Amino acid sequence: MDLTSTLKSSIDKLNEQFPGKIADIYQSSGDTFVRVDADTIVDISRYLKEELRFVYLSDVFGTDRYQSDDRFEVVYNLISLRDRDRLFVKVWLNEESPEVDSVTSVWKAANWFEREVYDMFGIRFRNHPDHRRIYMPEDYSYYPLRKEFPLLGIPGSIELPSTTPESE
Amino acid sequence: MGLESALGEGYFTSRVDTLVNWARSNAAWPMPMGLACCAIEMMAFAGPRYDVSRFGSEVFRFSPRQSDVMIVAGWCSYKMSHAIRRIWDQMPDPKWCIAMGACASTGGMHRCYGVVQGVDNFLPVDAYISGCPPRPDAVIHALMKIQEKIRTEHSVTLDT
Ligand code: SF4
Repeated sequence: MDLTSTLKSSIDKLNEQFPGKIADIYQSSGDTFVRVDADTIVDISRYLKEELRFVYLSDVFGTDRYQSDDRFEVVYNLISLRDRDRLFVKVWLNEESPEVDSVTSVWKAANWFEREVYDMFGIRFRNHPDHRRIYMPEDYSYYPLRKEFPLLGIPGSIELPSTTPESE
Repeated sequence: MGLESALGEGYFTSRVDTLVNWARSNAAWPMPMGLACCAIEMMAFAGPRYDVSRFGSEVFRFSPRQSDVMIVAGWCSYKMSHAIRRIWDQMPDPKWCIAMGACASTGGMHRCYGVVQGVDNFLPVDAYISGCPPRPDAVIHALMKIQEKIRTEHSVTLDT
């Protein structure tokens, strides 16, 4: 698939602006992916939003690349409403302490998306304004979408309500 | 039938149990616990086409204090189960429970860590309905089963 001219120029500018920080650029299933250095994600995000007009952060999700070197991946799904382009930006994180800077200072929408990624994969976001679980109980001690997590969960890890009411 | 002949025309005798059960079984007001897609069929069950008012389940009561039958329609997550149990505990006795659909009965296709595999893990279910989603007729069938159950219960004397 050919890149649209606007997306091509965006990627060229990104390469120019952040030499050595772009690890990989490829296309798959008609979408364009850019893998960047995890330490520069906030700078790159700000540049993408302010200069290249990717104003709409449509989604953030995690991936467990189980048994690969950098096990975790965070993917940012960006849309430019002006150019009608979609761009996926990725970072790879190591298994021991998956941590990346939060992009909430760039896109406010990232708040809940990053909480979801934290909830499901245990990837931490530095400088997140409200770093809590979003779906699972707050005292839950597992990360359900990691590959080693059993399908039906850990028996007894989430409490069911008591079947004898307190008054009885 | 000595007593009836003494009372004359226009009277009949019955047991208090039977009378109370007759009244109860024809006024089983549902508490709609719509959690997912099954709730849509539950609405059809109450709506004019299937019209559950014919069976005395006149109105859906959104207050647990005014309802008799809880219809759990849809899959129930662990987090939600606490709210459901709380509502159930607020319903006055006697009360009955219908698990509507595959999800409420067994977890259904949501075979995963977040969904309770059947609401009977924390609720005393009286009737299960199969289907995904069950047709409104099936819900009416479950309601009629519960009516049958009510009619055979001891309501005044304790059944111990
Ligand atoms: S049984 Fe089917 S229709 Fe009902 S809640 Fe489950 S998935 Fe939805």
